[in-house]
Amino acid sequence: MLTTSPLRHAALAATLGLAFAGSAAQAADRTLLNASYDVSRELFADLNPQFVEQWQNDHDETVEIQMSHAGSSTQARAILQGLDADVVTFNQVTDVNVLAEQGGLIPEDWQSRLPNQSSPWYSTMAFLVREGNPHNIQSWSDLVGSDVSLIFPNPKTSGNGRYTYLAAWAATQQNNDGDEQATRDYMRQLLRNVEVFDTGGRGATNTFVERGIGDVLITFESEANGIVQQYGEDDYDVIVPPVDIMAEFPVTWVDENLDSDADRALAKAYLEFLYSEPAQRTLAENYYRVNDENVSEEFADRFPQTDMLRVNDVFGSWDNVMQTHFASGGTLDQLQRR
Amino acid sequence: MRRIGDAPATRAILITLATLLTTLFLVVPLASIFYQAFAEGLAPFWHNLSDQYTRQAIMLTLLIALVTVPVNLVFGVFLAWLVTRFSFPGRRLLQTFIDIPFAVSPVVAGLLYLLLYGRTGWLGSLLSEADVQLMFAWPGMVLVTIFVTCPFVARELIPLMQAQGSADEEAAVTLGAGGWTLFRRVTLPKIRWALVYGVILTNARAIGEYGAVAMVSGTIRGETVTLPLQVELLYQDYNTVGAFTSAALLAAIAVVTLVVKGVLEWHTQRRGKRHA
Repeated sequence: MLTTSPLRHAALAATLGLAFAGSAAQAADRTLLNASYDVSRELFADLNPQFVEQWQNDHDETVEIQMSHAGSSTQARAILQGLDADVVTFNQVTDVNVLAEQGGLIPEDWQSRLPNQSSPWYSTMAFLVREGNPHNIQSWSDLVGSDVSLIFPNPKTSGNGRYTYLAAWAATQQNNDGDEQATRDYMRQLLRNVEVFDTGGRGATNTFVERGIGDVLITFESEANGIVQQYGEDDYDVIVPPVDIMAEFPVTWVDENLDSDADRALAKAYLEFLYSEPAQRTLAENYYRVNDENVSEEFADRFPQTDMLRVNDVFGSWDNVMQTHFASGGTLDQLQRR
Repeated sequence: MRRIGDAPATRAILITLATLLTTLFLVVPLASIFYQAFAEGLAPFWHNLSDQYTRQAIMLTLLIALVTVPVNLVFGVFLAWLVTRFSFPGRRLLQTFIDIPFAVSPVVAGLLYLLLYGRTGWLGSLLSEADVQLMFAWPGMVLVTIFVTCPFVARELIPLMQAQGSADEEAAVTLGAGGWTLFRRVTLPKIRWALVYGVILTNARAIGEYGAVAMVSGTIRGETVTLPLQVELLYQDYNTVGAFTSAALLAAIAVVTLVVKGVLEWHTQRRGKRHA
């Protein structure tokens, strides 16, 4: 019956090889799963090897950092449903809050566990304009000209788009001394000038760059500079308006997914590493703003001065923002009604 | 009497139109995938193909197909045999149920599994207590793929077996054939080609499935990313050549599937003629 034909052995080995190729690749002593937002891939590709090396030197253990990237709301949902992420590195405070409020996976005061409200780096919104800035776009008020067409992702589905909406609102509100009706009129015109509403930041980038639609792409400063690096400095200019909003990038470890003290220590060390000088330098090289004084000074010429408003100061809390502006029938919906 | 389309001019126009549309909608996009993949030469293509994450995506995709196809082969044959060779109450209802995976959008299928087996789901909370990770890991991806592809084999077999009737089987039973012999010696030879065809379709869909798999994947690079997911990730990474390399791989599988399918159809037709 059981003839030991070499061919059969080879076939069996191949089959098993396929099945276990995935797990065999991880010879590391420890693994850490980082659930992140979708445009952070290049960033963590730069950061992770540094941490792996540092951990290897300090603890004589090999660590494999696994990355999962998707929109941060998608990620929060997945973690609630059982994605076994050890740490989250998001671009939306609300999406981390969800883990506490809906899942009880982290404590409510997670923001006080790490410096700068658990945001190791931050960014702001920038305008990417085509070469020479033909429409002379310098500030938010320049975006509502009748011949200016805008590209930014839909604030309903994208954190990136939400920041653009809030930055425009906050800057205008400051400009006209809090006259809400004037702000609403401005916002209405701004939204009318949007040529394409993509669902996410990368989609908007593709629309602007690959399809060549629109005069201005509004996106994170880091993303705008990334595009310039990628597609050539001669084709685009990056403009940071004088009044802007602070976009935080909150991180935290997911308590419920960490089973042992050793895992907790690793997760915490990973996040603390993001605040260290080498990591902050890498972040600045990727055009993210950081709090480390040495690094900030070193890269000062990359980051134009701007009056950066905080969402919490202008709008109260994120919960409030979501309720009044982005919920169904909220201000955004009202403004888009014709 | 003249029928529409008999006039040489009409014929020419219709044929040109059909050829043009087929080329425009099917052939050109397919060809452009390969063109884009090789746009920067052979070296970047190989470089992208040998990328660790792409390799792991290929492995995972093959693993999913490797589990899905045998499971659905057995399931499909069993089901088709049941509904065509036996008569029992609820038979028609069962036949309708087989089509659920076709009727339901794959995204919804993924969502249903997530709600059932996820951390907060009915069965998921039990599983997570037992420390079993089903969703956001490869077993969950296999599970939804099995769901999405389970009608293919049965759908191929049922019409054929219904047309063939059960006379041969009845004869075999009167001659004293047992269940297994009956299946192996009488039923199987008659449905062989339809079975192979069903397997090809199952395999093609298992490899190409996106929606359901994306819902339960968690997109952990090198762990739960299949080839179709890898295409999207690479595209969003601005790695156009990489995305099209993976896409070309999927397209190549599709082309092979079509060729094998064509050969099989040709083969069955020829056999049919010889028997007639």
